[in-house]
Amino acid sequence: MQQIINFLIRNKNFLLFLFLLLLSLLFTIQSHSYHKSKFISSTNFLTGGIYGWRYSISDYFGLKEKNRRLIEENEKLRNQLSLFSKETTPVIYIDTISFNRPFTFIKGNVYRNDYSKADNYILINKGEKDSIKPDMGVITDKGIIGIVENTSKNYSRVISILNSNSRINAGLKKSNQYGSLMWNGKDPNIVQLETIPRQAVLKKGDTIITNGRSTIFPKGIGIGTILNYELDKNQSYYLIDVKLFNDMTDIGFVYAIKSNEAIEVKKLENSKINE
Amino acid sequence: MNNNILLYIGRFIILVFVQVFILNHVNFLGYLNPYIYIIFILLAPITIHKSLFLFLSFVLGLTIDIFGDSGGIHAAACLVIAYLRPIVLRSVFGLSYEFQTMKLNNARFGERLAYVILLVFTHHIVLFSLEIFNLSHILLIGKKTLFTSLFSIVVVMLILVLFRRKDS
Repeated sequence: MQQIINFLIRNKNFLLFLFLLLLSLLFTIQSHSYHKSKFISSTNFLTGGIYGWRYSISDYFGLKEKNRRLIEENEKLRNQLSLFSKETTPVIYIDTISFNRPFTFIKGNVYRNDYSKADNYILINKGEKDSIKPDMGVITDKGIIGIVENTSKNYSRVISILNSNSRINAGLKKSNQYGSLMWNGKDPNIVQLETIPRQAVLKKGDTIITNGRSTIFPKGIGIGTILNYELDKNQSYYLIDVKLFNDMTDIGFVYAIKSNEAIEVKKLENSKINE
Repeated sequence: MNNNILLYIGRFIILVFVQVFILNHVNFLGYLNPYIYIIFILLAPITIHKSLFLFLSFVLGLTIDIFGDSGGIHAAACLVIAYLRPIVLRSVFGLSYEFQTMKLNNARFGERLAYVILLVFTHHIVLFSLEIFNLSHILLIGKKTLFTSLFSIVVVMLILVLFRRKDS
């Protein structure tokens, strides 16, 4: 017994090192698996508050650019409104706003945005108080940004499309083939779309949109355009490089999408599994 | 002594703030960010209590992690260099470390540079291995470690020269 205690005392630094190292590895491994990194998160009161304080200062420097984008979006919306007012409601999805589903949009500001790491997150200044919940989609005026992963009272953390854990259903605008969107960690403006079957007819510059197969994003939200594509090793699927509409290094303001049918759809899906 | 403790607390806070608000957004050439907050570990007194030092390094890394949503990668990297620091000190400064007479400010430039290079490089290897966490991307890990280390070493050396304390 004496020897064990002596051993512990002699090696206490090494044991402390080992313990803390294991703890940090645990956090790291958690952060690499989707939906588990709850503990180490910048959505807490202190870091969120500090980021908010910084945002309130740096906000002024981007006002001109933000104004320009808002005016552009307004113009687009007004054009669409004029279409609808003639009561010739088109069924074609012209772009991000003409959905046939009841979705609610909640505006927010980006407090922190990474794009240089392998797993990037975005912190926005809306949280549970504003009825933001995990698994809600986040977009800008131009296209998609990511999915809400973790929320606190006032802030929420968005798992960016520039994250190796991110998988988002996306498809071609002109046909119904779809695949999943991921990121290889290299260029923050280019993401990869995989498992598009080889039957699809592709052309450089084709538009990639969300395909509305989940309740996260409505159908028809822009993602980007095809930069180039090739068949994979088995010659059965295309690997496509997609140039994003969004400049991921400068996001500005975002909208979180609340799907009003999500609960109903989830209930239905769960009941199918249970039977 | 009290003055020194205040100095270290102040240094901790300032380094974290500078790192989180300025240097994490540099993105030089697209992805290079210097990590200078480890100056806290580099400049910790040699006579510091070892367990306390390990713990402080862990907390320092974890603070950066919480701000950057990066899990525990900075905590692990800081912990590793804090644990290895005595060994590096002994191999770089030799006898003067053994007798605890050395001061980093008075050390020769070459020795100081070697000390910074060893610790920064170790820190960055651990950091990027854990960040990318995938052996198939080992080239990417190597590339990021090499370039970021160079950048960090230059910035750290500049800061050490600029903020050198005259009194000692």
